[in-house]
Amino acid sequence: MDKKNIDTIIELSNELRWQIGDDFHDNLTEGIYADAANIVKDSVQTEKGKKRFRLDSKIDKIVTSKTFGFPIMFLILGIVLWLTIIGANYPSSMLANLFLDTIHPALKSFATSVDMPWWLDGFLIDGVYLAVAWVIAVMLPPMAIFFPMFTLLEDFGYLPRVAFNLDNLFKKSGAHGKQALTMSMGFGCNAAGVVATRIIDSPRERLIAIITNNFSLCNGRWPTQILIATIFIGAVVPSSFSSIAALVSVIGIAVLGMGFMFLTSWALSKTVLKGEVSTFNLELPPYRPPRFWKTLYTSLIDRTLIVLWRAIVFAAPAGAVIWLISNIHIGDVSVAVWLIDSFDGFGFLLGLNGVILLAYIVAIPANEIVIPTILMLTVLVAGVSGGEGAGVMFELDSMDATGDILRAGGWTLLTAINLMLFSLLHNPCSTTIYTIYKETKSAKWTAVASIMPVILGFIVTFLVAQVWRIF
Amino acid sequence: MKTKVVKSACDTCAHFNAEGLKKLGINTDNFDFVVALAGNPNTGKSTVFNALTGLRQHTGNWPGKTVTRAEGGFEYNEQKYKLVDLPGTYSLLSTSTDEEVARDFLLFGKPEVTVIVADANRLERNLNLVLQILEITDKAVLCLNLMDEAKRNNITIDQRTLAKDLGIPVVATSARYKEGIPELIQTITEVANGSIVCKPHRIKNVPPNIEKAVKTLSAEIEKEFPGISNSRWIAFRLLEGDTQIIEALKSGELV
Repeated sequence: MDKKNIDTIIELSNELRWQIGDDFHDNLTEGIYADAANIVKDSVQTEKGKKRFRLDSKIDKIVTSKTFGFPIMFLILGIVLWLTIIGANYPSSMLANLFLDTIHPALKSFATSVDMPWWLDGFLIDGVYLAVAWVIAVMLPPMAIFFPMFTLLEDFGYLPRVAFNLDNLFKKSGAHGKQALTMSMGFGCNAAGVVATRIIDSPRERLIAIITNNFSLCNGRWPTQILIATIFIGAVVPSSFSSIAALVSVIGIAVLGMGFMFLTSWALSKTVLKGEVSTFNLELPPYRPPRFWKTLYTSLIDRTLIVLWRAIVFAAPAGAVIWLISNIHIGDVSVAVWLIDSFDGFGFLLGLNGVILLAYIVAIPANEIVIPTILMLTVLVAGVSGGEGAGVMFELDSMDATGDILRAGGWTLLTAINLMLFSLLHNPCSTTIYTIYKETKSAKWTAVASIMPVILGFIVTFLVAQVWRIF
Repeated sequence: MKTKVVKSACDTCAHFNAEGLKKLGINTDNFDFVVALAGNPNTGKSTVFNALTGLRQHTGNWPGKTVTRAEGGFEYNEQKYKLVDLPGTYSLLSTSTDEEVARDFLLFGKPEVTVIVADANRLERNLNLVLQILEITDKAVLCLNLMDEAKRNNITIDQRTLAKDLGIPVVATSARYKEGIPELIQTITEVANGSIVCKPHRIKNVPPNIEKAVKTLSAEIEKEFPGISNSRWIAFRLLEGDTQIIEALKSGELV
């Protein structure tokens, strides 16, 4: 290949470009559309009844209307969460019964019968096994209900309508309207939400979407919210209203997260990430009746089990770590107690405690294991009877028992509220942090995305604690 | 002519060799052919991809869901096909990231066959992309998807006329229900092996002065690269002043 000839071709193209004038692009596009129209005229026949299209636009008129758009959105979110809260309770206690009350003692007696050394028995059965069992009992039922319902909505075609409704708010906060879609993905998993930001072309707006995705409560955090809200918020109202109160508070946290998303997007776009909001086309696809059983099957297999597997993979070593720090002693106290004591002061300032802060450090790999870790550590320092010794995750077949342990650990309504807030506002899990790094290829922005939410969490919980203690 | 949607194809299609089909999932080693899957957003590309490979790439009813290039494979009559699911785009003429990913793959990945998935309900709008792709590659199959919806909307498509006008085979599918997939596989393999020869449609309705400029330029390109199939498309891009294509031309990546 001759380089000179290539240059001649390029020169020729420059010359011709001058000759044909600057509406070349428009002319070409028009040409394509004219061709398309000709082809369609000869081969496509549409009969009179365009009923389905009209039904689609009728539904759209309601679900994207100024009056009903937002209420319908919250109503749908409410129904999904309510069914999750109500439905997850029974299978959870059944699983806890099986894994913790039946299999665990069986494993223990087996260990005794084969003369397993106490440390191996403790490390494997009380550490690794219990952590995994706990994660399955707590995480599987809500996920198995939440994910299929979310997928059904997705298949039906509701997500683009959510994006349409939220577009104006995103525009006002200087962000891209498609961020509504990445935000929705974040409600499933923040790492997936961060990857989904590739649909945003402008690097500035994409960065905003990446940094703020963590404000979407992910599936690792929904169960935490639901559990704590049911135990503590549900308890302050008459029992007939308790699930409604829990539901409203969880929705409140999710909406607060969206509020922080808008606020942070706005702050970023006014300061370090200044720029114009870019326009885009969003196609509202036709509503498609989901294939119910197929969706149910694939969302169970592909989403629920994969996410559960990830939680298990991270829970096993975390369980080992918890058992180790509870059983390795420095002087008179175990490493865990020593750490908890040193975090306690700071925790008190935030209306939390040392246990919660330590749990959030242990649980950096996966949000799913926060509650199991908190329970185990609480048992350890509060010395609640019934536990199986240092570093053994507790057996809980009911939410009441969980609540009793937490109250014995000194928890109040403030602790619960601030835990819910801190669960919303803290660093992303390590998978998400790594994904952010892969997508931005910038240590600086990865650090911003990881640290900014924790600082916000400290500020918000601190303020809430101070105001709470005044009254 | 009425649109025909074949139900479970194996029992109705005489040519399809069901025993010769193996879905390979993500195993794409030692493939014989590369097949690209292109099309507008939300036309069911990922569903077609899943139906062909047996994979369960996440699907959902919203445009722009596939952001990465998913790869999978299938084997048919002892030939291995690697399938690449490209992000959905409305056009290849602008420079957004997803359009670049799709365009670069069609251009530099040199797929042996490009399956263009189109929504049968919105064919005219989908043809914008189809016609652009046909300028880049001359081995393509139009997969007319969502035929079940088209039927409900009382839309009938004369596939034979359409195939004649576009110069490429047209296969009607409802990928969600796995309808038409065996025919699609059969057609892909025939195009890949050269038993179907495409004579793709070229964009016609351009003003004479532009057509003349394109002809002059593409003649020069063909002189430099004999046998090149998309000289017209390169000429379009050069006239548009596309710096990426100019660079690719200089570095020799285009041929």
